[in-house]
Formats: sequence, C-alpha cells, structure tokens
Amino acid sequence: MTVAALLANPSELTDTASSKCAVVLMTRIRLARNLSGAAFPGWCREAQREEVLARCREALGATAAMRRSVNVPVAELTDLQKQILVERHLISRELSGSKHGGGLVINRDQTVSVMINEEDHLRVQVLRAGFQLKKAWNQIDTLDSELEERLDYAFDPELGYLTACPTNLGTGMRASAMMHLPALVISGQMEKVVRAVNQLGMVVRGLFGEGSDASGSIFQISNQTTLGESEDAILKRLGSVLQSIIEHELNAREKLIEADAPKLFDKIGRAYGILQNCHQLSSSEAMNLLSLLRLGIDLGLFPEPIRAVTDRLLIEAQPGHIQAAARHDLDSVQRDALRADKIRNEFAAVGRPDFSLHTKT
Amino acid sequence: MASPLQCDLCGKPATVHLTQIVNSKMHKVDLCEACAQAKGVTDPGGFSLADLLLKASLSPEAASAGSAGECPGCGFSSGDFKKHGRFGCPQCYRTFSGMVAPMLENMHKGVRHAGKVPVKALERRTLLERVAGLEAGLADAVKAERYEEAARLRDELAEARRAAANPVPAVPAPGPVRR
Repeated sequence: MTVAALLANPSELTDTASSKCAVVLMTRIRLARNLSGAAFPGWCREAQREEVLARCREALGATAAMRRSVNVPVAELTDLQKQILVERHLISRELSGSKHGGGLVINRDQTVSVMINEEDHLRVQVLRAGFQLKKAWNQIDTLDSELEERLDYAFDPELGYLTACPTNLGTGMRASAMMHLPALVISGQMEKVVRAVNQLGMVVRGLFGEGSDASGSIFQISNQTTLGESEDAILKRLGSVLQSIIEHELNAREKLIEADAPKLFDKIGRAYGILQNCHQLSSSEAMNLLSLLRLGIDLGLFPEPIRAVTDRLLIEAQPGHIQAAARHDLDSVQRDALRADKIRNEFAAVGRPDFSLHTKT
Repeated sequence: MASPLQCDLCGKPATVHLTQIVNSKMHKVDLCEACAQAKGVTDPGGFSLADLLLKASLSPEAASAGSAGECPGCGFSSGDFKKHGRFGCPQCYRTFSGMVAPMLENMHKGVRHAGKVPVKALERRTLLERVAGLEAGLADAVKAERYEEAARLRDELAEARRAAANPVPAVPAPGPVRR
C-alpha cells in the first residue's frame, strides 16, 4: 500500500465518531521497544541505523496485523505527507524530521502505526476513537507478542524493556486519552484539574504533546511512570482518573447551564454562525469553534449526525490537510480562505441549534 | 580528582579520605589531619559527612564507579548522559547502574519491572546460548579425543539447533505473560 492510498483511505480518527463517550475523542497506547545489541537511534552509527530499520521493517511486514500496510523509510515521504501523518497523530514531529534510518509502518485503517528509529528502535502505537483502553491494549499486546517472536528485544528482568530514556523503562508503555473538556476550560477549573491529575501520577498535555497549546479545549492525559507497575495496573489507574475527569466535565456542563445558560448558548450560537458564514478562518479559530459546536452536539442542540462531520473537521481543518486538498502551494491567507470554504460548505445544510430543550425551567 | 589529594577545606595535603552514601548519592571528602580533628571526623559516632559537605558546599560526586568510564557496548560516557538525557545502548544500563538506580526512585512508581516479559525472545536467547556452549564442549571433546562424549554432545547440539531455529510453535501466541 502506498502512502497516497493510505491518506485517501477512511481512517479510524476521521470516520469513527461515536457518542458513546463524548468527552474522550480517542485513546492511544504506545510501547517503546529496542533491539538488543544495537545502540539506540540517537547514538547509533548510520549503517547500524539502516540495519535496524531493515530488520524492523521485515519483522513488521511478517506480522498478521501489518502484512498489507504502508511500510516505508521516512525519506521516501514528501513534507506534506509527513505533516498530514503528524496531524493524524500517526507519527511524531521528531520522526518526520529524521534524515537517515527513520521508518514507518501504518496499517490501512490507521489504528496501528509503528515508528522505526525515532527515540527508540520501535515505537508501536495503537489508536482507537473513543474511550477504548482495553481494546487498544489487547490489540497492541498481540502485535507486540508477535514481534517479539521475530526480534530480540533489549530486556532486563529488573528494569524491564530497556529504552533510550530512563523515563520509559519497565513496561515502555504510555497510554493516553485525548479529552474534550470545554466546560472545565470555560469555568476556569482546568488548572485545578491539571494539578490533581499530576498528583495522581498522570500528565496533562496539549493536543500535540509536550509544549503544545490546548486549542479547542482538547487535552491529552497519560501515565507518567512506566516502571514498578504492570500494564494492567497502569491502565486501571489511568482509567479511573479519566473516568473522574469525565464526571467533572459533565458536572461543569450542568453547572454552566444552571448558572448562566444564555452566556453558554451565546458562545455556541456564535460558533455556529461563524462556521456557516466565514470566509477567512485560521486553524486555531476553527479548532475553537468546532470545539464549541461539539459541545452543542453533546448538549443536544444539534442532531447527533453532525458529530461525525465535526470530529472529522477537527482533523481535516489542520494546515497539512487543507494544503493537500489544493493543487498548488498556498500561503497562510489562502489556506485560511480554503479552510473557510470547506467548513462553510460542510455546515451549509446544518439546521439552526434547538435551544428549546434547555429553556424550559 | 587531582592527585596528590588536597584537603577540601584548607588545601594542605590530605591524609584522611572519606566516602559516605547520603540519600543514595555518593559523597567523597579528602581532609588534612588538622581539619579532620577539628571537624570531629576521627570520632566516628558524632560525625556527619553531610554536615561537612553542606558547610564546605562541596557538590556530591555525580556517579559511582562508572562515572569516569565508558560503556563497552557503545562508548557512551556519563557526561554524554548529562548532555542528552538519554543512554547510548541497552548495555549502558549495566555500565552506569550506579547512576541509574538513584535516578529511578524519583522517576517511577517502583524500581522493579512488574509488567510483561518477552518470553519468546528470552527463550530464544537461552537456546542460542546453549548452542554456543555445546559447540565449545564438542570442540573440546574432539580435541581431547573423548569420542563417546563428543557423540553425545553432537546429538544434543543437533537437538538444540533445531529448537533454536524453530522456537515458534505452530499455534498462535498465548495472551500476555506476567510474572
């Protein structure tokens, strides 16, 4: 499968909207793995990095899950393709900048992506729409076990899987949920939540990991520690933290409506108006407006089918995706115009929000 | 550290050398006789190197035995770790174990792995080690003309090689294995 075909294919993230758990947009688990007998990618000679790349690509190509996947060196991708993959959370910015020996293997529905020679020899990731820790773990565990039959993992009985950075030792597992928390942001409670979550040994980051901002009120929450606990224990702990954040978010929504419904509905109504009529829209404004619209869907102001459009646009309104839809290179003003066109068209047929549900007292 | 050692407090030649572990960090101090007397170092009961270190504002020795050395696996040094925050190769964790251990306590929930174990990979490694051992034994036996032993080893070796070449059972892999 080629990268171009992959990008044209429906993906887990853009085509699996579900209202089952509205607050959690997606769940990801990644495992850091290294081959014994080779230096870590950051300290590796080029020839050895190429050798690791070849071995990993071959082993992955032989697994049931990745047999018919995209399986290429990073160097073969265009900058735009790499950017799109970053926007879909399938590869990291670090990998997209790598020159020699970087590789990626991504399956057709884009639930599994493996980065080769990023910080570690292998970064295996499973991504599922919605709140799916268990499903994601089962999927990645199976693939990991299959890989281990073909690759000699660097493993120490005391320290577990050996990784370039000691913060990933042990399980090498980072599980995270992408959460949509508009009410906690609007009511100014996010700082409190971040502190509480930190105390429970979990980390809160923006949409694109460390240092990125939380536009669209979207946050990533993941486990901080990897050594000293089993995968099950970590996932259980994370799961209960996520569950309590969900409850706080839902409470905050109820309180916002109780305290000042007109103020909240004004925000959502304006977001709807702009999305339907804009002619210039930056990617961060789009993110924030789509986030409000999504909140409106959760509150029953818009019909449920709009959710799929909104979730898809949260991905497709990003710069790389907009550029990919154009024939020639765009500057940012042209991109903002094209983004506005696209969104305006997508929302043209969406009916006005129905506030009646909440106005009866 | 420069040799001949000087007293950390006054700079005269040092004759008293102390090593103490405080909060799992190694501290080293070299003192001349007079300063050692003055600080009560000669009285083992009432002496705290930590206090001494605080007063003399000496920094603790960063790492243990491995601090000066390089990893035999990849040539990585402890200084490289300070620069990059990452290690050079899997073997570094053994080379710099003295530096890793105290770091992990603050970094993680525990210091012992409690999760998944790559059973297949470990089995395969054990088998390969067994093949290597048998090959060496066979060569020795042939050299010493112990032919009965050699024949036995040859059969064992054939068996081990078969197992090493085909460690994967025909059935699908079982679920996660935990200790």
